[in-house]
Amino acid sequence: MADALIEERAALLGIDISQIGLDSIQLPPGEDFGIESDDEDLYREDNLELDTGLGNVIIVDNLPVVPCEKFEKLEGVIHKIYSQIGVIKDDGLWMPVDPDIEKTRGYCFIEYNTPQEAELAKEKTNGYKLDRSHIFAVSMFEDFDRFMRVPDEWAPPETKPYTPGENLQQWLTDEKARDQFVIRAGSDTEVLWNDARQLKPEPVHRRPFWTESFVQWSPLGTYLATVHRQGSAVWGGASTFNRLVRYAHAQVKLIDFSPGEKYLVTYSSHEPSNPRDPQRVVINIFDVRTGKIMRDFKGSAGDFAAGGTGAVTWPIFRWGEGREDKYFARIGKSVVSVYETETFSLIDKKSLKVENVMDFCWSPTDPILALFVPELGGGNQPARVSLVQIPSKEELRQKNLFSVSDCKMYWQSNGDYLAVKVDRYTKTKKSTYTGFELFRIKERDIPIEVLELENKNDKIIAFAWEPKGHRFAVIHGDGPRPDVSFYSMRSGNNTGRVSKLTTLKGKQANALFWSPAGRYIILAGLKNFNGQLEFYNVDELETMATAEHFMATDIEWDPTGRYVATAVTSVHEMENGFNIWSFNGKLLYRILKDHFFQFSWRPRPPSLLSPEKEEEIAKNLKKCSKKYEAEDQDVSMLLSEQDREKRRMLKDEWAKWVSRWKQMHEEEKLERQNLSDGEASDEEEEYKAKEVEVEELLDVSEEVLSFDYEE
Amino acid sequence: MRPILMKGHERPLTFLKYNREGDLLFSCAKDHTPTVWFADNGERLGTYRGHNGAVWCCDVSRDSMRLITGSADTTAKLWSVQNGTQLFTFNFDSPARSVDFSIGDKLAVITTDPFMELPSAIHIKRIARDPADQTSESVHVLRGHQGRIARAVWGPLNRTIISAGEDAVIRIWDSETGKLLRESDKETGHKKAITSLAKSVDGSHFVTGSQDKSAKLWDIRTLTLIKTYATERPVNAVTMSPLLDHVVLGGGQDASAVTMTDHRAGKFEAKFFDKILQEEIGGVKGHFGPINALAFNPDGKSFSSGGEDGYVRLHHFDPDYFNIKI
Repeated sequence: MADALIEERAALLGIDISQIGLDSIQLPPGEDFGIESDDEDLYREDNLELDTGLGNVIIVDNLPVVPCEKFEKLEGVIHKIYSQIGVIKDDGLWMPVDPDIEKTRGYCFIEYNTPQEAELAKEKTNGYKLDRSHIFAVSMFEDFDRFMRVPDEWAPPETKPYTPGENLQQWLTDEKARDQFVIRAGSDTEVLWNDARQLKPEPVHRRPFWTESFVQWSPLGTYLATVHRQGSAVWGGASTFNRLVRYAHAQVKLIDFSPGEKYLVTYSSHEPSNPRDPQRVVINIFDVRTGKIMRDFKGSAGDFAAGGTGAVTWPIFRWGEGREDKYFARIGKSVVSVYETETFSLIDKKSLKVENVMDFCWSPTDPILALFVPELGGGNQPARVSLVQIPSKEELRQKNLFSVSDCKMYWQSNGDYLAVKVDRYTKTKKSTYTGFELFRIKERDIPIEVLELENKNDKIIAFAWEPKGHRFAVIHGDGPRPDVSFYSMRSGNNTGRVSKLTTLKGKQANALFWSPAGRYIILAGLKNFNGQLEFYNVDELETMATAEHFMATDIEWDPTGRYVATAVTSVHEMENGFNIWSFNGKLLYRILKDHFFQFSWRPRPPSLLSPEKEEEIAKNLKKCSKKYEAEDQDVSMLLSEQDREKRRMLKDEWAKWVSRWKQMHEEEKLERQNLSDGEASDEEEEYKAKEVEVEELLDVSEEVLSFDYEE
Repeated sequence: MRPILMKGHERPLTFLKYNREGDLLFSCAKDHTPTVWFADNGERLGTYRGHNGAVWCCDVSRDSMRLITGSADTTAKLWSVQNGTQLFTFNFDSPARSVDFSIGDKLAVITTDPFMELPSAIHIKRIARDPADQTSESVHVLRGHQGRIARAVWGPLNRTIISAGEDAVIRIWDSETGKLLRESDKETGHKKAITSLAKSVDGSHFVTGSQDKSAKLWDIRTLTLIKTYATERPVNAVTMSPLLDHVVLGGGQDASAVTMTDHRAGKFEAKFFDKILQEEIGGVKGHFGPINALAFNPDGKSFSSGGEDGYVRLHHFDPDYFNIKI
């Protein structure tokens, strides 16, 4: 519309717009002629805080008031305290003196090289006791203005009228019950419907430069989180994706939602100005809906390293008690710190002391922690795995293990079982072998069972529980083609014993992907196996299909277990893109995209149906599915109809084009003949293909054959 | 049918050309000797010796008497097809990249690469009936392409010349005046260097292959885009079936990256597309390097492909091919 207006106006003034290079026009400074820049909303939304350049200055108050003679001594003391924290600029320490009484005024300014140092100094020395009557009050110079502006009178906060928000779960009401996914390729991030019936994705929303590093769905699928230099943001909405909340955290690198998506944990690490100092780590926990910081953690990288390994493993905070988001915990040196979200402080105000704890994990549903402690004192004290109830911190069960080299814990998704993979040294201590300790959490006294593979020396390549089920799969073996075994925690009539279901020999697989609904599993050969896929039905113990997505790097089931996506991401240069398969291994469609970075299904919240109701549906599945089958057929009829129509159109179009050409070609016939010296024109068959048979005599030899006449 | 593997070249193939009757196949390669083969059984008939550099392109006259070749030794040569003698040599200041006889074989268009300070150019030469009268004078020299010109061919009635190359733009020139008539649209055109160009048998349209992993079909008069064929690999060679509405694309991963991955990753297939529906029909595997050259026999019953691997593969179609329905 605006364009039309401009053109109209230009015509009025007699200007030919097409002759003007729009890029060459320069507006007078400060004048925008009412044209809004695309970036304008940036300026409008945040009152950009200008960098005053004083971010590296702090004010230290509550200093002793000293006469001039002692001035230098006090200055020396302060300098000594504050130069330990960071580099004070030359002449960066200024202590004003009251000329009337010739005494200091009891405060000073310190200027550091960097704002980070200033911040650190404030953190470390605020409340520092010089002596009993002089406790430092340290604040940032920049904050001072803010403090001065606090009105003396309290004014009641304005109550804003309630405005109903959008339905953030609109996508669940899709009539065709489709699922969404997000992809990142090149600079674009795109959310699409997986329209398996139409055998193609349907775009929902697309934005270039939506995020600066990656995107992440919240665990229930309500939000899509993006990561930027200034912080993180979440997006969502009924029909499209609007920015809902922003979480300021400069240089944020990693984010993590709590399982009930109430909280967002953000992480950043900063290079210290002094290379000898450890990296500084900042972690913020935000309330997702309000955007308020609930708690922040600051410290050096070492403070957050798990089990004393020195490396920070993400997520640092692990959330417990399922979707309640009630507890979160992190591991430190010989401690596990468990926080509760009501107060965002440690339970009982102290961490759980566990000597030398190496690893921990929460039950996915209950407030139970599983801890692993390695052997101590050269084997005098055995390694152990223990289950601890929170918040009582009571030990529910413990198992001692001997000559252990490593342990890995795997929870079943309902928290019914815990499998501990134990690598043990052989007697000679030269090699290790693997066994499993299986805990039945929901049974009385939590019985433990030991499972060893038939061939004890097999390496375990992968382990995976069936979601919501009682079975698990293991890839084991030493050779290039390992075996895959399936076990069940129930056997026949005895529900208390683990039993093997089957072993598949010699599979090209190194990763396991159970359907989220259980029953089906993909045995995948990624990396060295070039993307071999085997779709296996564990109920029937049969292979449904084998396929290959060449070079596949990622596999993800959709949240309903109906479809699977396999993707080749930009770790490979070639083949970038993704395939969508049905659960039984039929390739539905294939999209190629260069520089493909990420594929992620939008999660769904858990079903609201009761287990009884679900069972009822499963029983009457045939009846229910009739309606959908009819719909499917309609769609496929429509599709093939559309397809035929499209093809017919294309063919007609082409025929029209060709006939037009032929006519012109005919008109030019004479001219063409002249060009080629009157030789009768081109396409006519003025020569005949003749088959020439050439017989070549290669060799002649004579042989005398004898015949036996027999009557 | 099993393809016939023709081993005669020592270096990567660059170009393939059938004569009008379709009984002879001419091949050019980075070794210095263009070769002629029986198109039926792949037997080698002879070579044309005399070039001193890679031979990039060739064309054969309608009566199969003359062969013209363009070479990196900065010459284009006219040969007697029958006995392999050199009839004439056109000397240039830079490598000759593409050659094409006009309708009637009285003119030829030769393109030269940019070299040192010299820009690329399209030269139009008169071809004399009697080789004794042949001169090296150019009728016209057309300049305006950025970078290398991959191919230049004659338009309808020899009135225009169509050229395409590294700058991803297709240009139509007036062959009489040397004026630029049309340029392909930036929006719809190729995004990366054009590597090949092939005319349809009736000369009504042509197809271009590009490193942007697509091939496009154009109207030869109006230069309007008619179709686009998308693949997964850079396209080095294109051709069209004279019999059926099929387009064949050849290419593959860049030769320099071939050894670094699995052979299947290269996708060195000749891909068949339905010309009208733009849908992929199938592929012919076999080469273990990118395909650099493709040519259809004028009878439409066989085609040949030449690869970076130095082989020419001659494929005669099975009867099933002619019944493909999609």
